[in-house]
Order: sequence, then C-alpha cells, then structure tokens
Amino acid sequence: MRIKVRIWRQDGPAAQGKLVDYDLDDISEDMSFLEMLDVLNEDLNERGVEPVAFDSDCREGICGMCGLVINGRPHGNTGGRDGEANTTTCQLHMRSFADGETITIEPWRADAFPVIRDLVVDRTAFDRIIAAGGFISANTGSAPEAHAVPVEKKRADRAFDVATCIGCGACVAACPNASGMLFVGAKITHLAELPQGQPERWTRVQAMVAEHDADGFGGCTNIGECSAACPKDIPLDVISTLNKDLRRSMLH
Amino acid sequence: MATTTLQKKKPISPMHSTIGLKLMMAVSGLFFVLYVLLHMYGNLKILSGRAAFDEYAHHLRILGEPMLPYGGALWIFRILLLLALVAHVYSAFTLWKGAGEARSHKYAVRSAAAATVSSRWMRWGGVALLAFVVFHLFQFTWLQINVGGEFSSPAARVVAAFGVWWLTLIYVVALIALAMHLRHGVWSACQTLGYTSTARARRTANAAGIVLAVVVAGGFLIPPLGILFGAIK
Repeated sequence: MRIKVRIWRQDGPAAQGKLVDYDLDDISEDMSFLEMLDVLNEDLNERGVEPVAFDSDCREGICGMCGLVINGRPHGNTGGRDGEANTTTCQLHMRSFADGETITIEPWRADAFPVIRDLVVDRTAFDRIIAAGGFISANTGSAPEAHAVPVEKKRADRAFDVATCIGCGACVAACPNASGMLFVGAKITHLAELPQGQPERWTRVQAMVAEHDADGFGGCTNIGECSAACPKDIPLDVISTLNKDLRRSMLH
Repeated sequence: MATTTLQKKKPISPMHSTIGLKLMMAVSGLFFVLYVLLHMYGNLKILSGRAAFDEYAHHLRILGEPMLPYGGALWIFRILLLLALVAHVYSAFTLWKGAGEARSHKYAVRSAAAATVSSRWMRWGGVALLAFVVFHLFQFTWLQINVGGEFSSPAARVVAAFGVWWLTLIYVVALIALAMHLRHGVWSACQTLGYTSTARARRTANAAGIVLAVVVAGGFLIPPLGILFGAIK
C-alpha cells in the first residue's frame, strides 16, 4: 500500500506544533496502525529526522496506553457506523484504509490532556479523578472470602461490563465539549452496582465530579460521540447513572 | 516522566458542578415543555372560532378570581417562566463557555459519528429561539409590532397577522428550531435526570423527544398555516 500520513509534530508542551506530511510506499495491509508508524520512524531515523513520539504499551487492546485521532475519529472508531467494530489504535489494521489514502493523525485534543510531544498527551487528569474517589476502602491483612457477599447477577454483569473501561481517554477526545463524563460514569457505575461500593457511594460521586470539573474537562451534552469512539463500547447509560447518583448524593 | 501536580482549587459543590448546571437546565427545560403544551392548546382554540379564542384569552386573565386579582394567575405563571428562563440561559451559557475552554486547540480534521443534527444546533438554535421569543412578545404581548393592522380582539389580531406570508414564514422557521431543540432537549433532560440507565430507557427517551418535537411543532403550525391558506377565517 502507498499512503500519505499527515502527522501532528510538536517538540514540547510549550512548542508550536504543525501538521507534517510523510509518504509511505511499502505498507502491508496486515500491519497494525502502530506498526505503520514504527516503519515511518525507522525511515525517519535513517534520514536523521526526529521520530514521531506516540504512546503504546501492550499492543493487545487492553492497556489503554495508545490513542490517536485518525481522520477526526479517536482510534478511528465510529461505533460501527463504518461497518467495523470499535477497537484501540494498536488493534486497528492498515486494511481499514484505502491504497493512496491520506490519513490525518492528531493527538487527543483537550486542555485537560496537554500535549507532551507530537502525539503523546498527559492523561494524569484521569489518575487524579480516580484518586479523588474511584476506589473502595478495605482493611488490609485478611482478604474476605470472595463469595461471602452475594451480588445480584444483573448488577454483577453491568459492573463487569463497565469495568472494561481502560481509561484511554477516547471519550474526551471525541466529545465536542472535551468532557470526561463517560469515563467518570463508567467508574461510578462500576462501583455503584456492587455492594462493596456502597459505603462511599455518595461521597465518591461528589468528589470525582468535582475533580473532573476542576481538571478543566467540559460538561456533557448527551450527544453520544464518546460512546461511539469507545474501544470498549461503554454505553451512554453510565452517564445517566452518574447523573442520578450525583442528584441523589445531594439528598444524603 | 514526572507527573504534574495541580494547584488545589476550591472544591466545586455538586450544585455548581457541570452536572448541577445540567440539572438546572433539565428542570427548567421540562417546565418549558409543559408551558408550550398549554400554549399550543390555547392556540388551537382558534379552530373553534374567533369567539372561543377570545374567550380563552379573557379567561386566562380572570383565572382564579376572586381569590386572585385580575391577571393574577397569569402573572404567577409569567414569573415562574422568567425564573425558568434565567436558569436555562444561565446554565447554557456557563456550560457553553466551559466547553469552549476545555478544548482551546481545535482538531484539524473533525468527523462526527453519533451527533444528530438537532444536537449540533442546540446552542445556536437556543439563541435563535431566545431572539424569536423576544420578537413574539413584542408582537402579541406588548403589541408593539403590528402586522396586518391593530385590533382589540386577540383572534382578529392573529388572523390578520398570519395572513401575511413572511410573518408565517418566521413562525415556521422558529417552530422548526423549537422542534429540533425539543428533540435533543427532551432526551438530554431524561439522561441528566438519570432516567435512562438502560438501553431500552434510552430508546424511549429518544422517541419521546421525537414525538414531542413533532406534536408541538405540528400543533403550533396548524393555526398560522390554516390562516395563511384560508382554512381559518
């Protein structure tokens, strides 16, 4: 395959960035998107050009490290509207693109996720949200027997489904308001559905929403771009659960 | 790499959080939905003739008498509407500003996958509706804009005004804007209030938005279009 990539190049957090074009002549359609960038970087290294910085780790679609906005879509995801299931950037393959296509690659754009270099952004804001309340308090020493607390099947299923969120930040990148509500909603729902999450339920939602807003994410307008971009298909109804929990927390 | 530590700001209370503002918007918005349905019912009185329409307009003012003074019930409703408007507009502009600041560097390539046309027009459509409401008040409440002549009878005023094509056109455009605002707004309010925590409830809320949009815009359009095309005299 011959493709042209337009990539956001930025030397550092404060540097002015710009889109730079690169031509790639020998790309296999069986390569993953990140392998295509590896090929580009090897070529840039040989030519003495600074390689493109991008995040990746497991390359198995489960760590949440990679994330690129590809032709305006985070991870290239459209929520199945292009006939392909959602995935992470590392699990996206070049066969999804046409020969001769120009592909624009940008970093997540949100003031809460400042660009560190090229396509790498700082997602510490998500860690701060988790640290604010995305946990349960438990005594250390003797782990209780796992089956001691029964969990309703329906609740266990929902908690498990939303716990698949890998915190990649695609929801923020896709949101027209750069809101992190799908992420916060997934974490809130995950713990709110389980008995272990109940004691801290109302303080958790207030603390996590306060941290989310203080970090500079925007508000949710229920458009649904987040869910369409989510590699784990977290549904929009977690935001409803989040909203309801915050409303109920004010009465507690 | 080293992670950055944010300066701790004053914690945001739940009511002042983005979700708190959305709650304010949802509750005031649902009050507006109730209001437009009542307003639409009143407008449709013109189908029963001019006398019925005028009687309805008069009755709005003597509603609650003698417990309330003349126009008392109407004024209570107007004050509630004004409070709802302040809450709706304040929350909208605060969230709009916050959303703009949340992404100061825009994407070079933008591609929407899930956004409906209605959802994309919520903000500017809302501004257009606000401008229309002011125009509408000047015309039928403050009687400062007189299209088709001046009359003491509300029915005569309405029939004369909507016989003018460009005025009817303004109302058609405004009602399309209202329909779009309701289509996304009703669904969004249900989501904000936390009534859509299952896939089925989400579909129902979306359907409710579409049904309300069609019913309200359709109901409001019957009198002006009927008058313009001579079916209502």
